[in-house]
Amino acid sequence: MTAAPPPRLALELVSRSFGAGPTAVHALRDVSLIVPSGEFVAVMGPSGSGKSTLLTIAGGLDRPTSGRVLVDGVDVAGLSRARLAGLRRERIGYVFQSFNLLPALTAAENVRLPLELGGVRRRAAHTRALAQLEAVGLADRAGHFPDDLSGGEQQRVAIARALVVEGALILADEPTGALDSVNGEAVMRTLRRACDGGAAAVVVTHDAQLAAWADRVVFLRDGRMIDQTDANPAIPHGLLASGPR
Amino acid sequence: MSIRHSLLALLSTGPMYGQQLKSEFEARTGDLWPLNVGQVYTTLSRLERDSLVEARPGADVALRPYTITALGQAELATWFRAVPGDEPPPRDELVMKVMLAASVDPESAADVIQSHRRQTLEAMHRFTRLKALDGATVATLMMCDAELFRLEAAVRWLDSVEARLRSGARLTPGRPAVSPGSATPSTPEAGGPAETPAGRRGKRAGAGR
Repeated sequence: MTAAPPPRLALELVSRSFGAGPTAVHALRDVSLIVPSGEFVAVMGPSGSGKSTLLTIAGGLDRPTSGRVLVDGVDVAGLSRARLAGLRRERIGYVFQSFNLLPALTAAENVRLPLELGGVRRRAAHTRALAQLEAVGLADRAGHFPDDLSGGEQQRVAIARALVVEGALILADEPTGALDSVNGEAVMRTLRRACDGGAAAVVVTHDAQLAAWADRVVFLRDGRMIDQTDANPAIPHGLLASGPR
Repeated sequence: MSIRHSLLALLSTGPMYGQQLKSEFEARTGDLWPLNVGQVYTTLSRLERDSLVEARPGADVALRPYTITALGQAELATWFRAVPGDEPPPRDELVMKVMLAASVDPESAADVIQSHRRQTLEAMHRFTRLKALDGATVATLMMCDAELFRLEAAVRWLDSVEARLRSGARLTPGRPAVSPGSATPSTPEAGGPAETPAGRRGKRAGAGR
């Protein structure tokens, strides 16, 4: 018998403080979160509630003061810098508020970068990059440089880059902040489809319409997870036979 | 929701039978508002009485196609442009609940707010899943969007209420202090450059006693 695969992401009683003593800032306090393959989780909370800290810790960009972070069952605390960088490159797709595209590379080159760094051949990487750009509605922008794209388009390129990693754990911070509602919805549909296809996503947002695309919404206040929505286990993915109750 | 005007709107596109009006109405509102055929015939007979529609003469009510009259067209044009609902707007139950909870028990107001926020997001999730279904019609998308924007407004209002309560805002403005040792100046001489609107209100209320 094979054991069930570990969750894509597991945070176990994660805390993160900055500074010490009476002036210490507790950005996260004993946060636990498990995201299995196929699940789309939104994290909501006011500014300063710890949303972004949670995301940087989940992606191994920052280390918790206490608690454990496991990606695909691997405790990131035990990894060397090189192994951690490899894990981030091969398993995790980031979408941040600042798109972080390389200005000297075209849209397609930006999207295929994580694949090429992971050893995928250039031609295969390019084909997958074009397919992802098409999925976010930017097939005709593949040869453009970031400076020639609007903010919204740059964000969609960043999303395509996050999605190009196969079965990625996607970590996104306000991914549609720069988009109008129609483009924002297109991005959320893309993320929704990716999760229905086996990826997993944690999206930080203060936008309720965005969060409503997720299977589950967790709420942060002052670094604590105070509540979460019912993940609607009775409703299978892609099917809502009875309509709104 | 005015079924009366919805039927007039449908009839403005051409004559229709009762059953046909029912299915057209449901298709055009994204199947979110089911209508029973009895309501349709009752409404049609009232519209006929008011000369807003005409039925072709015939014995069987189900076989009579209805046509909009010129008076009906005029009524419809007026209705499309009129402000929806009553003025002033009806009381929103969520608003009343949260306002009352915050005033009678500020300690637990955050829990009440979070409970409504969670339930509203769960409702938003159901409408969003409906939008994500393959084959969702444009009418369904438009109806879901209408519900989603309305629900989102409720969430944003809850966020703003929470932020106001957390910032220490008081629900009842400028009530003058009763205890003699209070820091709030309530004497008529307490005017000055740093005086706040709340302070002024307090002063007036104090002077009136």
